[in-house]
Amino acid sequence: MSKIHVSTTVNGDAVEYLCDPRETLLDCLRDKLSLTGAKEGCGTGDCGACSVTLDGRLVCSCLVLGVEAEGKEIGTVEGIAEGDVLHPLQQKFIDYAALQCGICTPGILVAAKALLEQNPDPTEEEVRFWLAGNLCRCTGYDKIIRAVMDTARDMRETA
Amino acid sequence: MQYHSPESFAQAARLAAEAEGVTRFLAGGTDVLVQLRADIVTPDTLIDIKKIPGTHDITRNGDGSWTLGVAVPGAELGEHAGLVADWPGVVEAMNLVGSTQVQGRATLTGNLCNGSPAADSVPAMVAASMTATVTGPDGERVVAVEDIPTGPGRTSLARGEVISALHIPARGENAGDAYLRFIPRSEMDIAVVGCAVNLRLDGDTITEARVSLGAVAPTVLLVGDAAAAIIGSTLDDAALDRLAAAASAACKPIDDKRGTIAFRTEVAGVLAKRVARIAYARAKGEIIKGHHG
Repeated sequence: MSKIHVSTTVNGDAVEYLCDPRETLLDCLRDKLSLTGAKEGCGTGDCGACSVTLDGRLVCSCLVLGVEAEGKEIGTVEGIAEGDVLHPLQQKFIDYAALQCGICTPGILVAAKALLEQNPDPTEEEVRFWLAGNLCRCTGYDKIIRAVMDTARDMRETA
Repeated sequence: MQYHSPESFAQAARLAAEAEGVTRFLAGGTDVLVQLRADIVTPDTLIDIKKIPGTHDITRNGDGSWTLGVAVPGAELGEHAGLVADWPGVVEAMNLVGSTQVQGRATLTGNLCNGSPAADSVPAMVAASMTATVTGPDGERVVAVEDIPTGPGRTSLARGEVISALHIPARGENAGDAYLRFIPRSEMDIAVVGCAVNLRLDGDTITEARVSLGAVAPTVLLVGDAAAAIIGSTLDDAALDRLAAAASAACKPIDDKRGTIAFRTEVAGVLAKRVARIAYARAKGEIIKGHHG
């Protein structure tokens, strides 16, 4: 099986890899680029643990082939903090203890960041619908929702 | 698996016609990659159509009709104010499919070609009289959306044929469409019954209507008797009862874990009434937001 050469951009950095056309973007991020923030939960687009942005659009990286990333801009959880300074969502998730085992957390952070960029003042219902594709089996969601709502409030006040 | 990303539909059709074994076209991939992962369908040839010009475009034509590129994801339909204003039912149906992440990739064309009787967008497309341009090795043909699915997981597309564009007619005056589904949850589920209604008024009287049902037969149904039950009426209670009876009478559902035959048949009638009321109100100019509105 011949491998395909892919040039893409991840968190602003130009990267290249060789992949089999059956490999997913998630596989390529984790195994070729050592970006292990995105997690494989279900592998079928149901759990959201592998959430990334593709040209700014929230997607499950398990439902994107590595070859489809050619010429695209990928955003992962590794690109959310600015150096040592956590993104407000990351800090608020710590403050609220909005995580337990942590497997769903990178996907939820990427998804919540995408929401707040599109809608800086979401209702609780909008947050819950937006994050409906991010499953968490530990927290019961309440702390996650409150952390996102509170981050949105802070970001509006400092904007 | 051979991966191709052709630059024209003619080239895509030729690749598919000449390929051996199992061929799949890749747009959003939210069905193709799941089937690949689950070892349900492992394509020998995968043809990614997203590099073909026009596949990402939403175009309002001079006559008011719309042409939709086959790779436009649900999220982009929902963000297009003009399309939402003209065809809220088509957009709300597509936007019910899956999560935010799935909406970032999943397409109307994929929902249609996956051939699920429970596909949310398909009843809405059928009610809207949408058509598809199909490109094959011998050229193009235009097919009504209701003539694409032939059974669960099956379509009328021949080997080497690929849908290259979707078309929605001009909305015109005093008209509205709507879609509702029944699911036991509030989100992230597959329709137990889906229903779409598209209608036009002259004053208070319905002059044109199309009613379509999903998940109650091996394919999405266009129910002529249900449309006939409300054409000429003002959607009064008697017309709504005739509509419900006609919708239920058209059902040939299965019993499964998501709903029994009796339940689906009953709910089809209930949904048809509710959807017709929304389409009627929209035809009157009311703004009624969909589930995610």
